[in-house]
Amino acid sequence: MMHYTKEHEWVNIEGTGATIGISHHAQEALGDITFVELPAVGKVLKAGDALGVVESVKAASDIYAPISGMVSEVNSSLDGSPELINQSPEDKGWLCKLTKITASDADQLMDAASYKTFLG
Amino acid sequence: MSFTPHTLEDRDEMLATLGVSSLKELFADIPQSAHLAKLDMPDGISEQEVYDRLHALSHKNAHELTCFIGGGFYDHSIPSAVDTLSSRGEFFTAYTPYQPEVAQGTLQAIFEFQSMICRLTGMDVANASMYDGGTALVEAALMAIRSTNRPRIIVAGGLNPIYRRMLDTYTRNLHIEMEELPFDEGAVDRVKLASLLTDQTAAVIIQNPNFFGTIEDFSDISAMAHANGALMIASVYPIAMGLIKSPAEMGCDIVVGEGQSLGLPLSFGGPYLGFFAVQKAHVRKMPGRIVGETTDRHGNRCYVLTLQAREQHIRREKAASNICSNEALCALRATIYLSLLGKQGLTELARTCMTKAEYAKAQFAQIKGVRIKNSAPTFNEFMLELPCNASDLVAELIPLGLIAGFPLGRYYPELQNCLLVAITEKRTQAEIDAFVSAVKGLLK
Repeated sequence: MMHYTKEHEWVNIEGTGATIGISHHAQEALGDITFVELPAVGKVLKAGDALGVVESVKAASDIYAPISGMVSEVNSSLDGSPELINQSPEDKGWLCKLTKITASDADQLMDAASYKTFLG
Repeated sequence: MSFTPHTLEDRDEMLATLGVSSLKELFADIPQSAHLAKLDMPDGISEQEVYDRLHALSHKNAHELTCFIGGGFYDHSIPSAVDTLSSRGEFFTAYTPYQPEVAQGTLQAIFEFQSMICRLTGMDVANASMYDGGTALVEAALMAIRSTNRPRIIVAGGLNPIYRRMLDTYTRNLHIEMEELPFDEGAVDRVKLASLLTDQTAAVIIQNPNFFGTIEDFSDISAMAHANGALMIASVYPIAMGLIKSPAEMGCDIVVGEGQSLGLPLSFGGPYLGFFAVQKAHVRKMPGRIVGETTDRHGNRCYVLTLQAREQHIRREKAASNICSNEALCALRATIYLSLLGKQGLTELARTCMTKAEYAKAQFAQIKGVRIKNSAPTFNEFMLELPCNASDLVAELIPLGLIAGFPLGRYYPELQNCLLVAITEKRTQAEIDAFVSAVKGLLK
C-alpha cells in the first residue's frame, strides 16, 4: 500500500519489503533531474535517515527514509536515465527497495487521499 | 550606471524624491552618538606626490636579488603577452560568469584552462581553479574523506610543510586524523606506508616533485592505496609535468597543485592559483566551480557553469565545500602562458630547468664541506648540506645580490645546516657560477 511523507517521498509496502521513491509533486517541483545518489546495498536506515540525493538543474534534494529497513536493491537504471524519475516517479522511477522493514513506521505517514489533501 | 561618487545635484535629486530636506534628516533614526562627526583625513595630494610616496615604499623591498629560492613557488620567466592580454578590460573587469548570456568570453577562457590542466596532469576533469595549491590540497583531503566515509589520511613526509600545517588548520576541529609518514628526502618508505594503510584510510597524499626536489614513480603506492579502498592524491609542480610521468599515469584519483609557475609573478606571496583535477568517476564530489561546454537553442557551441547543484549557493550547509569562487584572472594568465609555450615549449622548459639544476648540483658538490643531501633523482630543486647554519649563510649572501635558497631549519629543526636551492630557466650559467663562487668564498 502507498504511503506518503511530508517531504514528498512515497513508500509502497508489500509484505516484509518496501519500495521507495519521490512523488509526482516532488519531481515536478525539482524540474529536470540530472543525477541521483543512491544508498549502498546493505545500508541500514532508520525512518528519517537521509538515504540519498536527487539532483536537478536547480537543486539538490536530500531523500529521507519514510520507514526503517535495510537497502536490498537500488534502481540502477537511474544511472544512465535519471529522467525516469520525471517520466514515471511512482513506478519506473523508484529509488530503492528495503527488506527487514518496520512496517509500523508507516502509521505516521499519509495515504494517497491525505497526501492529495496535504498538497492542497 | 556611473561608478563615480554622487554629485551635489544627484544628492539633491535623491533627497527630493525621498521627501527629505537634508542628509541629517535622512539619518535622523540613527543615534547621534553613531553619527560620523568628522573624517580625520589629511588633505589630498597630487598624482605625482602619490606616485613618489608609493615608489619610495616599494623600494623598501629588495626586488633586484637573483632568486634561488623555491619551496613550492618559483621565479620563472613570464612572456610579456601574458600581462598585455590579461590586462584587457574585457577580461580584467569581468565579474563571475553566473549569467552565461553575457559571459561567454570568460567562460570559454576558463574552459580552456580546465582543458589544459587535464592535459598537463592526464586527468579526466578539472575545475575552474582554487585559491592556491595549499587550499586545493586541503579540499582534496576533505573530498576523499567525504567520498570514502573514512576518517584517516596518510601524508607522505615529503609534502610542503606549509601545506602540512594547512591540513592541520582545516581539520583541527573535525573527526579526521592525519598520519604522517616520517620525513624522508628520498623516495617514500613503502614498508612504513603499508603498515599505516587500514580500512579507515580515506587517502594517501604524496607530493611530486616533493618539497626537497625529489621525483619518483609512485604507481605502486597508488596500487597499494586502491587495494585498501583508499584514494590516491598527488600535489604536483606544473612545470615538472612537461617532463616527468603524469600523475594520471601513476594511478591518481585526485591531482592538485600550485599554478603560480604558470605565468604568475612571485608577488611576495600571491595571488596564486590552485588547480584541482579528478578522474571522471569522482566529478560529482569535486568542490569548486566547473565550466561545461554545451549548445544553445540555435545549436551553437557555448559555455556555462555546470553541476552547480553541488555548490554552496544552492546546497548551503550540505555543499561539498564552501568555495564558491575561483582565481579567474590568475587562471587566465596560466592559460595564456601555456598557449604561448605549447606542449613542446613546456617540455623544453622543464628540460632546461632540470639540466641547469644538475649543473648547479655538480658545481656545489665540488665545494669542500658541501654535500648534496638528496639521495634520489631531483627535478629543479635540491638540498645542500652545509658546514654552517643555512640561515646565516643566506643572510651573508643577500648583500652579494642573491637570495640563496630556503633554510630548511625553519620547518625542520634537525636540518639547521640544510639549504633548499631551486634553479629555473631564468638562472644563467654566470649567475649560478657567481652563486657557487660566493658560497665557496664565504665557507673558506
